[in-house]
Amino acid sequence: MAGKVDQEALFEFLLRMGDNTLILGHRISEWCGHAPVLEEDIGLANHALDLIGQTQLWLGLAGEVEGKGRSADNLAFLRDAWDFRNALIVERPNGDFGHTMMRQFLFDAWHIEMLMGLMRSADPRVAEIAAKAVKEVAYHLEKSSDVVIRLGDGTEESHRRMQAALDELWTYAGEFFVADAVDQAMAKAGIAPAPESLKPAWDETVGTVLDEATLTIPGTDYVHKGGRRGVHSEYLGHILSEMQFLQRAYPGSVW
Amino acid sequence: MAAGTLPSTDDVWRWLSEVPDPEIPVISLTDLGIIRDVVWEDDTLVVSVTPTYSGCPATTVINLDIEAALRARGIEKLRLERRLSPPWTTDWISAGGREKLLAFGIAPPIDGTAADGRLVARADRLSGRGNLVVACPRCGSANTERLSQFGSTPCKASWRCKDCLDPFDYFKCI
Repeated sequence: MAGKVDQEALFEFLLRMGDNTLILGHRISEWCGHAPVLEEDIGLANHALDLIGQTQLWLGLAGEVEGKGRSADNLAFLRDAWDFRNALIVERPNGDFGHTMMRQFLFDAWHIEMLMGLMRSADPRVAEIAAKAVKEVAYHLEKSSDVVIRLGDGTEESHRRMQAALDELWTYAGEFFVADAVDQAMAKAGIAPAPESLKPAWDETVGTVLDEATLTIPGTDYVHKGGRRGVHSEYLGHILSEMQFLQRAYPGSVW
Repeated sequence: MAAGTLPSTDDVWRWLSEVPDPEIPVISLTDLGIIRDVVWEDDTLVVSVTPTYSGCPATTVINLDIEAALRARGIEKLRLERRLSPPWTTDWISAGGREKLLAFGIAPPIDGTAADGRLVARADRLSGRGNLVVACPRCGSANTERLSQFGSTPCKASWRCKDCLDPFDYFKCI
């Protein structure tokens, strides 16, 4: 199998998986010590921890596939913005707590479908990471769905904020479902599900939860995209400047 | 350590059963079910360890503790391997481990109740059908409620007893 799979495309694909979890994990870790109540603070820190753990697995495998001796840490801390392959939605600013949880929900609803598809990957290394991660992401989705419903179908103020969050984030969610040559190569090799094949299940989850949350799905099909091929918003640079500071200032330092 | 005087893998398992989990020191690494294999490859001891949660910060400490414990027993050539598949599940926590958790004040996992990401599970939970009954590890009351799915470590959730009013940790199922 290894001979037939385009290793460069596999590397790109693994970066996309690992960079999504890395950047979102970093974003939600920004809540540590700031969430509205202690349980939510701990919950978000736990989400972040899971995502960073998954990042180590994805980027570790990416480095192995690339074969240039780069570790997960190298890939996380020593690439610049244009080499990151995360979708734009994960680098969006946190906004308020409800906004963060809406972004989390839209992501989790995609993430779980992707991981369930990857559990059947033709590459056993990919399948085993997915099987590990999916158990954690099931909890993430349960949690983010609950919060979206609670706040959407909550007070007038919480409803207003959740609708505003949905309106802003909606046009970023579609990027996960737009395939390019890398995705097509992965689908053809049986490594990953085709992005668009995940859309019906995502639509169903999102539709059910938003309906229960009394929120209205925006009537636009516009999709912001670019992150998955390295074209990012200005926010990513700011995230990296904080996340990578130590390795940039003190190259190679360890503890 | 010369070949021929290598300790048996049974001995190694016994030594590992004395290494405490760094986060929950009342249970050992073997109670937790994270030691997946112990084999000799010639004169090198290979211990396979599986992470609980992929981002569990205790993983590094656990590896250090395993190495320290085995070196103290005279093992010179040692290799630790990470094994992801099959993924760790709370079902692997031993019966003894569950008793120790309970005695320590942590409600042990209830098998088969892991989140599975399906919304139907949520509907069940809201309608009361899928609700977990977790007994309070202090007073035994079943009149308890979940405060948060997430707790002091990745593997735990926060619960509260409505009778004795004590908050407690529940070792959640994955």
